[in-house]
Amino acid sequence: MDMTKADLTGARRPSLLHRFLTLPFWSALRREPLGFAGVIVLALLVLVALSAPLLAPYDPNRQVLDSSLLSPSSSHWAGTDEFGRDIFSRLVWGARLTLRTVFSVSAIVGPIGLIIGVVAGYFGGRVDAVLMRLTDIVLSFPSLVLALAFAAAIGPGLNTAIVAISLTSWPPIARLARAEALVVRNSDYVSAARMYDASNLRLLTLYIAPMCIPSVVVRLTLNMATITLTAASLGFLGLGAQPPAPEWGAMISAGRKYMIDYWWVAVMPGLAILLTSLAFNVVGDTLRDILDPRHERG
Amino acid sequence: MAQPIMKQLAAMRLDKRLVQLVLSLLALVAITFVIGRMLPTDPVGSIVGELADPRAYAAMRERLGLDKPVAEQFLLYFWHLLQGDLGVAALTGNSVSDDLWHAFPATLELATLAIVLSVIVGVPLGLLAALKRDSWVDQLIRVISLVGHSVPVFWLGMIGLLVFYAGLQLVGGPGRIDVFYEGLVPPVTGMILIDSLLAGDMEIFQNALTHIILPASMLAYSAMAYITRMTRSFTLEQLSQDYVTAARAKGVSPAGTLYRHVLPNIAVQLITVIAISYGGLLEGAVVTEIVFSWPGIGQYMTSALLIGDINAVVAATIVIGIAFMLLNFLSDIAYQLLDPRTREAN
Repeated sequence: MDMTKADLTGARRPSLLHRFLTLPFWSALRREPLGFAGVIVLALLVLVALSAPLLAPYDPNRQVLDSSLLSPSSSHWAGTDEFGRDIFSRLVWGARLTLRTVFSVSAIVGPIGLIIGVVAGYFGGRVDAVLMRLTDIVLSFPSLVLALAFAAAIGPGLNTAIVAISLTSWPPIARLARAEALVVRNSDYVSAARMYDASNLRLLTLYIAPMCIPSVVVRLTLNMATITLTAASLGFLGLGAQPPAPEWGAMISAGRKYMIDYWWVAVMPGLAILLTSLAFNVVGDTLRDILDPRHERG
Repeated sequence: MAQPIMKQLAAMRLDKRLVQLVLSLLALVAITFVIGRMLPTDPVGSIVGELADPRAYAAMRERLGLDKPVAEQFLLYFWHLLQGDLGVAALTGNSVSDDLWHAFPATLELATLAIVLSVIVGVPLGLLAALKRDSWVDQLIRVISLVGHSVPVFWLGMIGLLVFYAGLQLVGGPGRIDVFYEGLVPPVTGMILIDSLLAGDMEIFQNALTHIILPASMLAYSAMAYITRMTRSFTLEQLSQDYVTAARAKGVSPAGTLYRHVLPNIAVQLITVIAISYGGLLEGAVVTEIVFSWPGIGQYMTSALLIGDINAVVAATIVIGIAFMLLNFLSDIAYQLLDPRTREAN
């Protein structure tokens, strides 16, 4: 086990792009029809959200009171709501709100989880003990209820919802990043860099954290279905984006009053939520199967 | 029996887990304290009014304890909590702890029936999926449980009411019981199904059952996905073990192997899964209760949300949080007691 400096200089840090592209799930994904379908649906959803102004046949907030509560037809694919607004157009614009929430939460909890996990894994010992205990504590919180209380305290809104959901979503990421860092920190290229007197900060940011990013990204997609549902719940309770924003959960809540006679007002946005969260779940589930050999499918 | 259990408890480092539980509870207290004080509005002003006399303002400030240093406020908050004093609810005028005491059994009843249903359906489905691995049965079960996992449960509840109550009139509507049965059974546990049985009133029991079955099934469906998936993967893991091959070689039937060898082994792992789902159901009940006008903690919490009664919101959060954490703690202990492999060597 006595490595000389010459041996170690040959150990190069693998390129990040290479590591990402050679993640086993890309090739395995092709063998999973359900997971592949999920990826397609998500791609379409992103496309819909991006091109909402082009796709939506009507202005999502334009009220036409004499055409209120019309059933689905060729001119209004998903019917109209109690103010005569076109539900399909609102769903299309609502995709933006949902995806913005999902991606914002991921953009917040990804780095937080990564930093906490990598620092804990790299330093070990007391730092690790303290950080992991903190992680376990937050993991034991009832996340939905805490998000509700938090949103109630600082006032409703889309940004509130994003922060409220983020508060309790980072621990799984931190745990994963820690596990990865524990492995990576003993690699040859890290030892090589250490021999050249690289500082802890340099090792952490340039040598260890980047290696944990791919699996963190994958783990984030696993969370996205939950984020979608939590955001919808907050919207349903009036704690998410405020009217007249076409937030899907809030649309269900508004449609509840008319449920018995005009089912489409509440049913349509629910279908949108179901489809989105199903796609995230299918993709996440497939990734889990592919990445965890214990759950390998034959 | 008592002796070995005590020994086992000692062997599994109960102290460590207790420390974790206590730390979690303290953190919950701390974070709810912060949430309770984050209000953008001035809590004193909202009580005495904006144009109040400065002296009245100061007096109210003092009464609420807001003139004291933050650390002292926190200790005071903690002290009141320990005594079960959660403040007064603006909505009902009662003490919040009284309100919650009445609301919690309704939530518990709903979540408990839901977890029972989801285990009864979810575990066999998971076993079936593992046995028929990669067949169309497996795929179908996967899709069914994925949908259950992806559906917003409050929306599913509304559809359920639309179809089974308004449409087919198969089940009772919103609420725990028909209005004319209200208050006829002496509340012993606060759970109507149990109380009506205790009173021997089958008519009320049946009525309550028709009311609870729909919300409980909807919640159960959302919890079932996780239970099914984990059962499937635990079973697959066991099926690849040598002892299964040995049992089959001895001539034990597939069903016999599953029932006598595999099931006992996965039961231990399933306990954790079920406990986590149970905690999740307590949370899920919060949103479901609104749809079904179920007078539980979720309904209480959301009505408090709407009028900005942060005291009641925080208190409900604490109660659900404690239940959630205790469940995890107990499942941890049960797991350790039942599975000697997980015990740490001392």
